[in-house]
Amino acid sequence: MKKLLILGAGTSGTMMANHLRKKLPNNEWDITIVDKEKTHYYQPGFLFLPFDIYKSKQVKKSIDKFIPKGVNLVREQIDRINKDEDQVILQNGKTLSYDILIIATGTNIAPQEIEGMSGKYWHKDIFDFYTYRGAKNLRNKLREWKGGKLVVHICEMPIKCPVAPLEFAFLADSFFINKNMRDKVEITFVTPMDGAFTKPKASKELSYLLEEKNIKLVPNFNIERVDGENKKIIDYAEQEVDYDLLVTVPTNMGDELIERSGFGDDLNFVPTDKATLQTKVKENIFAIGDATNIPASKAGSVAHFEAEILTENIVRYIDGKELKNKFDGHANCFIETGHGKALLIDFNYTHEPVPGSFPLPGVGPLRLLKESYMNHMGKLAFRWIYWNMLIKGKHIPFVTPEMSTAGKEF
Amino acid sequence: MSEKTYAGVTVNCNDEGYLTDFAQWNKEVGAAIAKEEGIEMTDKHWEVINYLQEQHKNGVPLSIRKVGKSGVVNIKELYKLFPGGPLKKSTKIAGIPKPVSCI
Repeated sequence: MKKLLILGAGTSGTMMANHLRKKLPNNEWDITIVDKEKTHYYQPGFLFLPFDIYKSKQVKKSIDKFIPKGVNLVREQIDRINKDEDQVILQNGKTLSYDILIIATGTNIAPQEIEGMSGKYWHKDIFDFYTYRGAKNLRNKLREWKGGKLVVHICEMPIKCPVAPLEFAFLADSFFINKNMRDKVEITFVTPMDGAFTKPKASKELSYLLEEKNIKLVPNFNIERVDGENKKIIDYAEQEVDYDLLVTVPTNMGDELIERSGFGDDLNFVPTDKATLQTKVKENIFAIGDATNIPASKAGSVAHFEAEILTENIVRYIDGKELKNKFDGHANCFIETGHGKALLIDFNYTHEPVPGSFPLPGVGPLRLLKESYMNHMGKLAFRWIYWNMLIKGKHIPFVTPEMSTAGKEF
Repeated sequence: MSEKTYAGVTVNCNDEGYLTDFAQWNKEVGAAIAKEEGIEMTDKHWEVINYLQEQHKNGVPLSIRKVGKSGVVNIKELYKLFPGGPLKKSTKIAGIPKPVSCI
């Protein structure tokens, strides 16, 4: 019996378990997935939780529910990977050997990377919304907040779901308008990049949004430290931004087990071939989703497209065939703009987001890079698609892993 | 898209003046772009540029903190070398794209 081992039962790992159990014969391949957590979170929902748009029970389900029959789930903390012995060592001292390993351990926030961020003001006036706890604590804060300076901030790239901070700012505008207190709140968006929008077509189509929503922009801000006592963030050029409520996206880092295993870059992301998803660590180790260092967005849609391609490549690897250089960096993301509208973007390594129709060229029904009510409905419907199709490894009709250029205005 | 001439070499640039084809870059072109940005290049500047080009070649997203941890230069020095937007200017001189998000 050969062994395939998956580390991490989040979006990517769960999808791979579902895909591969269908592809690999039960009497030849044993599939095991390891995760210390009990709960599978619908992470896109963390954006809605702070604004009371979603309830906490809508964004979590049991991990077990999505692990298919015929796959062993091991609920243990992983200590490290011993690549030379083809073994994974668990924290309880047990070892799991493998013929093929898939790393799907994702990314975590690392507020401790910035001086003054994770101290006594953390989750008091400084919040993240990239964790369940952070989003929930922020919700409680927003329920009673009387207004002031709201600063929405990105520490450094790369981050998971790069547009989420901007969506947060847009939704905050709607939220405070609905609460009849928009005049009491000043919203500022602070980014290390040179604008809220960084790609030419998106800048051209979307720059109006900040002005329309009266969101102040502070670009090129590279945070050095947080002065929690005086409520300001300070960057390396001595720029200061005052806040009453800081909603930050801390540095994102791969799991510490990657560091303990002795590979990974300085942010603990796994060096991975961006087209085949085979790691550069060893030929029988593959990686998917947020855990990799590939220059694609860290997003569920990317993991979904990667999963279809990685499944094919693992089957080819088992058959001794050459891997396909097929992953093109395809991402497809809904972007909430507030007031019941959203945008949709579809792009890859080489094509920036452009206007057009999706998924059916010329028909839609969704419009790319344009605000619409339909796109917002798409984003809400996506939660159902996620729980019922995406992580179960079901193909989503009309949406191919490789990006299509049809129906797009380049 | 536009064409520009630096140090006698014609290069293709995007609307913000970043080279769109790294193959057209050489050290003289880099120095001429630096001059346009008001920067006189020193050995330390070139060390940073080489590091950025190496990272770009490996497809690694660039950040100020990453450069600071590289061992080539610390962040304060980086700001002194490329005042007013260190990564924006250094990537332009290096002939590689400025760091971007997905939109």
